[in-house]
Amino acid sequence: MKRKHRRLLFVGLGMAALGLAAALILLAFDDNLVFFFSPTEIEGREFTAEQRLRIGGLVEEGSVEHDDDGLTVRFNITDLSAAVGVTYKGVLPDLFDEGQGVVAEGHMLSSGFVADEILAKHDENYMPREVADALKESGQWQGEGAEE
Amino acid sequence: MIAEIGHFALILTLALAVVQGTLPLVGAWRGNEAFMAVTRPAVAGQFVFVSLSFACLMYAYVVSDFSLANVYGNSHSAKPLLYKFTAVWGNHEGSMLLWVWILALYGAAIAAFGGNLPPGLRARVLAIQGLIGVGFIVFLLATSNPFLRLDPVPLNGRDLNPLLQDPGLAFHPPLLYFGYVGLSVAFSFAVAALIEGKVDPAWARWVRPWSLVSWATLSAGIVLGSWWAYYELGWGGFWFWDPVENASFMPWLMATALLHSAIVAEKRDALKSWTVLLAILGFSLSLMGTFLVRSGMLTSVHSFAADPARGVYILGFLVLVIGGSLSLYAWRAPAMRAGGRFRPISREGALVVNNLLLVTGCAAVFIGTLYPLILDAISGDKVSVGPPFFESSFVWIMAPLIMLTAAGPLMAWKRADLTGVAQRLILAFVAAAVAAILLVAIRGGPWGAILGLTIAAWLIGGVAAEFFERLRLFRVPLADSLRRAWVLPRSAWGMSLAHAGLAVFIAGCVGATNWQTEHVQVMQIGESVSVAGYDFTLASLKNGQGPNYDRRVGEFHIAEDGEVFATLYPEKRKYWIQGGETTEAAIRTTWLADIYVAIGDQAPGGGMAVRIYHNPLVPWIWLGTLIMVLGGMVSLTDRRHRVGAPNRARRGVQPPEPAQSQGGII
Repeated sequence: MKRKHRRLLFVGLGMAALGLAAALILLAFDDNLVFFFSPTEIEGREFTAEQRLRIGGLVEEGSVEHDDDGLTVRFNITDLSAAVGVTYKGVLPDLFDEGQGVVAEGHMLSSGFVADEILAKHDENYMPREVADALKESGQWQGEGAEE
Repeated sequence: MIAEIGHFALILTLALAVVQGTLPLVGAWRGNEAFMAVTRPAVAGQFVFVSLSFACLMYAYVVSDFSLANVYGNSHSAKPLLYKFTAVWGNHEGSMLLWVWILALYGAAIAAFGGNLPPGLRARVLAIQGLIGVGFIVFLLATSNPFLRLDPVPLNGRDLNPLLQDPGLAFHPPLLYFGYVGLSVAFSFAVAALIEGKVDPAWARWVRPWSLVSWATLSAGIVLGSWWAYYELGWGGFWFWDPVENASFMPWLMATALLHSAIVAEKRDALKSWTVLLAILGFSLSLMGTFLVRSGMLTSVHSFAADPARGVYILGFLVLVIGGSLSLYAWRAPAMRAGGRFRPISREGALVVNNLLLVTGCAAVFIGTLYPLILDAISGDKVSVGPPFFESSFVWIMAPLIMLTAAGPLMAWKRADLTGVAQRLILAFVAAAVAAILLVAIRGGPWGAILGLTIAAWLIGGVAAEFFERLRLFRVPLADSLRRAWVLPRSAWGMSLAHAGLAVFIAGCVGATNWQTEHVQVMQIGESVSVAGYDFTLASLKNGQGPNYDRRVGEFHIAEDGEVFATLYPEKRKYWIQGGETTEAAIRTTWLADIYVAIGDQAPGGGMAVRIYHNPLVPWIWLGTLIMVLGGMVSLTDRRHRVGAPNRARRGVQPPEPAQSQGGII
């Protein structure tokens, strides 16, 4: 095999690998992208029961209720101009608390938003970027850069 | 006073780094030996002063000097001493200083062990290291100075994030940084080679030990973080495909590719410009990893408060380093002549495919990690890319790589005989078949798990086949085989260990992701529940205090067939100063599986939310990585790294190659 052919073969192999990877990635993207919404954006939108989404904002003060089974929790996520009711069954993360930033991932059903994963902030200075943005958009941001 | 000394030492370090980054380059260009001779004292001085600076910051933490804003923000007088030390790098400023210190340490090591490097190459390599140092020290001094004072002085500090007060996480950042910064050495060698326009087998041989150190520490650092997430976050998982985890995983993939392509460059004088490119990309990704994590662009536990000035500097620095080195590559790489020729079916060919798959896998991780950032910038849509994406793209790209790992080392250089390789892989075929049959008979599924474990068994079989062949086991007397094992090059031992470790690791990942049993419920004291064949009884709940937290400890008796064989004490802690809570899971391992218990909140009707997991094969993940790291370390002690690069005059005293037909040592 001549050097030129050999190089062609390797370039071909490389292209094939990249093409395969691109196909895999596109296929994987198709099913697995999860969009993020603020409570204000949720209003007036339709979602299918299959669609996975994330809602982020603050846990509304005084809205957290525990069911008698000890595992089911109901609370509202708010961006201070709209709120969404969330139901979650499971153990809440360590840093979940009223008035703190939270992101809930799950499905919007006719009964409301049912989360299967709750992400809370990691320390008291920290707020998920999406939540900070959502608060800025609703004009309720009180942290650094509030005047922007 | 001490803090001012530290601050001043850091400024001196910057001055020395500027000298180290400029004069030797000019010297090597003009052939001025006096300029090149500046390198070593500059490197030594830089190391001394940055060590002094680091020691000063450490001192400030140990004596709890809250007049420093950095200490005030991240420490507290009641914190245990260990965490006063580790808090030094548990924050943005301190971790950047650690980065610079490790960079200086690597520089000193190159100067110390690089006695056999040609003076021009050594001067250039160390100069590039100096320039990287300048970039980081300016960043530190201008935007992230850990030595800034507070007035008035607060009485006490705000304490370290409770999640970081843990022995596993205490040593995760230093190891990770050793890995990241180690790639800067390969990068400096690559840039120096581009300036010189020459890459030869000797160059590849010099690059290899540094890549090995970097790869091994990076592996250890990543797995330490993963282990921490496993027992500390209380979710029973070990890898979440979180952007920050990916940021450390991408350089690892590149380092792995680099290790393998450097072998081809060293043994066969081929793939040279590709190796240089990998070195550049590997370091670029570790820079991106460091900065993406630190800049707060990626949301995660690791990101500290974001600051726009930092973001702009970081972006500029990334563009300069990555853009500059890639431009240099585009300009100079075509000048490098291709060396040894080989057939597609050969050891070289196998290593090319290895590289292709690793880089493609890395690209998949890269796209999944950065896509949300890019989409947000373009359309304002906010998305997240979760584990399912990576499981359906990256994992499928890796599967053929693992299968090839068994066959590659059995292939001859230049041209290999496929039938012969297949014959020698009989052990691998047998191992895979036995594993598949046993698994179907015992567990019956899911098929993904069976496939994954079969591939792991195949790899173990392949590694054993290759290793036994080197020892000529069962073909010569046993004593003879043992003698062969004794004289076998350390790099051969290293390769077999690393590949075997990979097989164990994969088995662990496959078992953990497919066979986990999760059970969540509220338990009253005295209540029992049966999970995965074990009975868990909550015997008691106690409240207590640690050095800087309150804790609630559950006592669980675990029984099999009515017989209690273990007692676990999971904890929930609430830290006084930061108010944060942490979960301390309790784990009992049988080496085949982990029994994992974590407690959550007090339920309103009394009792305790409890999570119980049965995690098959998880211990193999840690064990497999440990074996891989050990393999890297063993390979590092290979004689050829000490004897130095071969040149014509020295070739006579090279250790004789073992009497092996396929010759190659990896």
